[in-house]
Amino acid sequence: MDQDVILQVDDLRVHFFTQEGLVRAVDGVSFTAKRGQVLGIVGESGCGKSVTAQAILRIVPPPGEIVGGKIIYYRQSSNNGAGNVTQTVDLTALPARGREMREIRGGEISMVFQEPMTSLDPVYTIGDQIMEAITLHQKVNKSEARERAIEMLRLVGMPRPEETIDNYPHQLSGGMRQRVMIAIALSCSPSLLIADEPTTALDVTTEAQILELMRGLQQELGTTILLITHNLGVIAEMCDDVIVMYLGKVVEHTDVDTLFFNPKHPYTQALLQSIPRIESTKKERLKPIRGIVPDPYAIPSGCPFWPRCDHYIPGLCDREEPDYITVEPDHEVRCHLYDPERKTNAQVNESR
Amino acid sequence: MVAYLIRRFLYMITTLIFVSIIGFVIINLPPGSYLDVYRAQRQMQGTSTAKEEIEALKRRYALDQPVYVQYLKWISGFVRGDFGRSFQYNREVSDLIWERLGYTAIISFSTLLFTWIVAIPIGIYSATHQYKLGDHIFTFIGLAGLSIPNFMLALVLMVVAQRAFGQSVGGLFSREFKDAPWTLAKFIDFLKHLWVPIVVVGTSGTAGLIRMMRGNLLDILNMQYIQAARARGLPESKVIVKHAVRNAIHPLIMLLGMSLPGIISGSTVVAIVLSLPTTGPLYFNALRQQDMFLAGTFLLFLSVMLIIGNFLADLLLAWIDPRIRLE
Ligand SMILES: Nc1ncnc2c1ncn2[C@@H]1O[C@H](COP(=O)(O)OP(=O)(O)OP(=O)(O)O)[C@@H](O)[C@H]1O
Ligand SMILES: [Mg+2]
Repeated sequence: MDQDVILQVDDLRVHFFTQEGLVRAVDGVSFTAKRGQVLGIVGESGCGKSVTAQAILRIVPPPGEIVGGKIIYYRQSSNNGAGNVTQTVDLTALPARGREMREIRGGEISMVFQEPMTSLDPVYTIGDQIMEAITLHQKVNKSEARERAIEMLRLVGMPRPEETIDNYPHQLSGGMRQRVMIAIALSCSPSLLIADEPTTALDVTTEAQILELMRGLQQELGTTILLITHNLGVIAEMCDDVIVMYLGKVVEHTDVDTLFFNPKHPYTQALLQSIPRIESTKKERLKPIRGIVPDPYAIPSGCPFWPRCDHYIPGLCDREEPDYITVEPDHEVRCHLYDPERKTNAQVNESR
Repeated sequence: MVAYLIRRFLYMITTLIFVSIIGFVIINLPPGSYLDVYRAQRQMQGTSTAKEEIEALKRRYALDQPVYVQYLKWISGFVRGDFGRSFQYNREVSDLIWERLGYTAIISFSTLLFTWIVAIPIGIYSATHQYKLGDHIFTFIGLAGLSIPNFMLALVLMVVAQRAFGQSVGGLFSREFKDAPWTLAKFIDFLKHLWVPIVVVGTSGTAGLIRMMRGNLLDILNMQYIQAARARGLPESKVIVKHAVRNAIHPLIMLLGMSLPGIISGSTVVAIVLSLPTTGPLYFNALRQQDMFLAGTFLLFLSVMLIIGNFLADLLLAWIDPRIRLE
C-alpha cells in the first residue's frame, strides 16, 4: 500500500497574513494521492483548493505562508537500470527557492492553471515558453528542445504545431492556450500533474475536449493527476478518488462511486443535492445549500460547516472540531455524526 | 510591423503640421502686428526705422498678404534653414538657437537616462521587497524627492557643489572654458557641471518613476503567468527579469514620450536659476518680449523633439510587445 502512494499531505496549514487580518486559507488538510490515479479535489470557491496546490509546489505568494504540516513526496528515480528507488522528501522542509525544490517543480510535479487566458506570458512565443521548461529540466540543446516542443504540441492536439510554435499567446484561443499549458506541464514527463480547474474558464465543447485529452494522456503516460474542480460532473467523469474540501479543511475522502452513492458528510450530501441529475424521474427542485460561505476572516469555531448544517448538534459541533473518522475502509469523514462513541448514525441515514 | 511604422510616421507628420499652425496662431495672437512691435522696439532703442527697411520686412514675411500666405512663407523658411529674425537681439534666429537646442537636447536626454537608470532598479528592489525596510526607506526618499521643489533643490545643490567640490556654480562651464574651443579639459569641465541640472530636473521624475515601476511590478507579480513561470521551476531572479520586468516596463515606455515635455519645461525654471545656456530662458524671454520669430522657432523645435521622442517610444514599444508588432 505504501508503495503506490505518491503524495501524502498531513495536517497542512497555509495562512495569509493580510493587512485586514489572518486568513486561514488551508487549515488542517490531510490526504494521500495514489500513484497513477486521478485524485479529485472538490469544493466551493474560496475553500483553499488553489492554495493547497500552490503549497505543494511551494509557490504560495506572500503574504501567505505554510505554517504547519507536512507534504511528503515519494520521489522515484531509476537506479541505473536496477529498478526504481523511492525516496521520501518532505516538501515543506525544502527551501522554496532552493535547487532541489526547483528540480521537482516543473520537472517532477507540474501544474496547469485555472485561467488559460492569463497563464502565458504575452511577450514571448508559446514555443519560447515550452522550451524554457524543457531546457530547465533536460539536458538538450536548442534545436532538440524545439523539436521536443513541437512533439509536445502535437501530443496535445495542436493543429500545425510546426507553425503554431512561433505564435504569441494572444493569437490563440482559450482552449488552445490551455493545450499549450498542458504541453508545458507534461514536457518533462512529471510524475504528478496538478490541474487547477483546467476547464472552468472554457466553454462546454472545449471543456470536453480538454478533459478527454487529459484522460487519454493520463492513461498513456501513467501520470498521477490531482484534479481540482468545483464541478461534480468533471469529478464523476475523471476521478478515481475524491476529497471534498470546505473552508480550508478536508471534510470527506473516498472513492468516486462512494461519493456519489453513499456520501456521509452533510456538506457532501448538500453539494450533491445542489446539482441536477438527469436520471431523476420526479420533478425535484434543486436544493441549494442553505446560507453562504462564511467570511474567510471569521471562520466559525468547531466544525466550520455547522451554521449551514441540517444535522447540527448544539453544544458539540460549534465547540469541538471533529477528527477524521474512518467509516469504512478508504472512506474518511470529518463529522461528529459518525463518531462511534455517539450512536446517531441511524438518525442521519433516515434523514437522507 | 511595417504598416504600424508607416501609420506612426504619418501621425507624426500630421501632428507636426498641426503644431506648427497652432504655434503660428499663438505667436500672432498678441495685439499689434510684427511691424508695430518692431517699430516700437526700435524707438525704445532710440533709432527710427527707415521706410525701405519696413518694406523689406514686409516682403520677406509677406506681411501685407493674408495670414495663410504668411504662415506658408514662415513654414517654408524652415526647410531652407531660415527661421526669421529676432528683433530683440537683431540677429538671425538661426544664429541664436542651435547651440542652445543642442544643450537642451543633451540635458534632457541625460536626465531621462539618469531617471531610468536610477528608478528602474530601485522600483524592482522595492516591489520584490514589499513592506521590508529597504522598501520603506526608498518610499520615504521618493516622496521627499517628489515634494521638494526643483528650484529649491537647485539652490541646495549649488551650495553643495560650491562648498564640497569647490566648483563654480551655475552655468555649464567654468569661466575659463566658457568661450574656449572644445578640448578634453573643457569636456570634463562640462561633465562636472552637467550633473547638477540632471539631478535637479530628474529628481521628481525619478521619484515618480520608482513609484510607477514598483506598482506595475507588484501588479505583474500577481499575474498567473508569473506563477506559471515559477511552477516550471524557473529561478526567481529569472522570473523577475525575464517575465515580470519586461511586462511591467511596458506602460512606462508609453509614458516615456510623454515625460519629455515635463523635463523640457521643468528645466526652464532650473535653467533660469542655474543660468544654463539652454533654450528655456531664451524662450521665456522671447515670449515676454513678443519676439515672435524666435519664440515660434523654439516652439516648433521643442515640439519636433517631443514628437520624435514619442515616435522612438512607439518603436521601443513595438519592439517589446508582440501584440503591437503583429497588429
Ligand atoms: N494572495 C492571497 N492573498 C490573500 N488571501 C488569499 C490569497 N490567495 C488566496 N487567498 C485566500 O485564500 C482562500 C482560498 O483561496 P483559493 O484560491 O485556494 O480558493 P479556491 O478554492 O481555489 O477557489 P476558486 O474555486 O475560486 O479558485 C480565499 O479565502 C482567499 O481569499
Ligand atoms: Mg482556485
